[in-house]
Amino acid sequence: MILTNLILVLVVLTNLKLLGSSRIGSSIRVVAAQGVVLGLLPILAHMHDLSLRFSLLAIGTVAIKGVVFPWFLFRAVREADVAREIEPYVGYVTSLLSGVVILAISFWMCQRLPMPESLASSWLAPIAIFSIFAGLFLIVSRKRALSQVLGFLVLENGVYTFGVGLAPQSSLLVEAGVLLDVFVAVFVMGITIFHINREFDHINTDQLNTLKD
Amino acid sequence: MNAASFIPLLLALTLAPLLPGIINRTKALFAGRRGQPFLQTYFDLLKLLHKGAVYSRTTTWIFRAGPMLGLAAVFMAVVLVPFGNCPALIAFPADFILFAGLLGLMRFFTVIAALDTGSSFEGMGASREVFFSALAEPALLVALATLARQAQSLSLSTILGQVSGGHWLQAGPVLALVLIALMIVLLAENSRIPVDDPNTHLELTMIHEVMVLDHGGPDFAFILYGAALKLWVLAALVVGMIVPDTGTLWLNLVLSVGGMFLLSIVVGLVESTMARLRLLIVPQLLVGAGALAAMAFLLGLNK
Repeated sequence: MILTNLILVLVVLTNLKLLGSSRIGSSIRVVAAQGVVLGLLPILAHMHDLSLRFSLLAIGTVAIKGVVFPWFLFRAVREADVAREIEPYVGYVTSLLSGVVILAISFWMCQRLPMPESLASSWLAPIAIFSIFAGLFLIVSRKRALSQVLGFLVLENGVYTFGVGLAPQSSLLVEAGVLLDVFVAVFVMGITIFHINREFDHINTDQLNTLKD
Repeated sequence: MNAASFIPLLLALTLAPLLPGIINRTKALFAGRRGQPFLQTYFDLLKLLHKGAVYSRTTTWIFRAGPMLGLAAVFMAVVLVPFGNCPALIAFPADFILFAGLLGLMRFFTVIAALDTGSSFEGMGASREVFFSALAEPALLVALATLARQAQSLSLSTILGQVSGGHWLQAGPVLALVLIALMIVLLAENSRIPVDDPNTHLELTMIHEVMVLDHGGPDFAFILYGAALKLWVLAALVVGMIVPDTGTLWLNLVLSVGGMFLLSIVVGLVESTMARLRLLIVPQLLVGAGALAAMAFLLGLNK
């Protein structure tokens, strides 16, 4: 229980750090750390009835989110040659404060939602929803395509956290399917970033809507 | 009010100037120097008290009253904070708001005394001080409100007594977040390194030192002593959260004083290993401290 809560607090802290930081390299490391920490969550949340599928899920998550994604994203950083997010739509201090407001809204929402009894911790659902909203906020408020990919990963981490909390009811197939989807999505995004960068010499997405053929 | 509550007060008044000495000694050790004696602040205070004061013709009574009123305000704050699980001399519901207010009052008098000199340099320092404390104060208040919520009490004496005894096992993450937020507030309010460098004189980047440049003699002694007491009260808050009640008064006091010295060493370590942040980054750090406190508050609400 206390370890689960510790992990959830770490998830919130990493999300707040992402909202308030401009360096893409350190943001990638933070997202990787979040992935590794979340990989441990299914083991801790189901300590008493640890089965093979939870262990496999944990190993798969840690491998993909902690090793494959960072490696892939760092390669994209090298190719696109970006070090930091510039001029986001919402400033870093404002983003950080928005993060706290989003956290408050998530807690308020979850008090209103009917929750299953089997949740590992009462913080699990609100923090999962907070991750989803924080990821959405990152996607909407940042200009660089790489920061938006990171936002997408945070969003997926939120979905994953929620799934782990409800794991006894959902099947391994669904979890594995989500993981595969994200893997493919990041793969496609990496290629897209590479192509955007090769065509336009930068990866600012705000100018894509002026495209004509 | 009981007689035992006078002992922590006497300890604070006599030992407070020792804390800057310990911080300086830690920094000196890290830099490979021998460093000042531990009692340097006492020597400085004695020397300054024997001097006369020089006042500029452009200053008014505000400039002379500033240091005294500042010292008086922080002295009242010392009276409000419990130490070594001894209840504070004055304790009543919601006294932590008065505590934050007294620290604000002390800052206000330092600031208007600095503005009274009419020097643009001091005005700049005053502006920065007010800007940064405007960001640090919400963090302090939300952190204290979280503790009050955890302890289900509104008085600092009972809050710290409750929190240090057993709450760490049930609400560890929440209290750890509050502790980090309070540590950042402590560093910012006492103009320590990530926010302000206490060693720089006549640098365009300094904040607190620049405001007190025109004070001399006994006035400057009051300011130095007031700064030491401010470090003591904020450190007493942090130490009070951690040190549990052992049951015996003397053991509690010894543990708490040891905790204060340890905290000074930690501050010295932070100062030795970190660089001062750029002025533009400091608001991010302080807002971050506020965000941590707010997060702790939300987590504490939804146990």
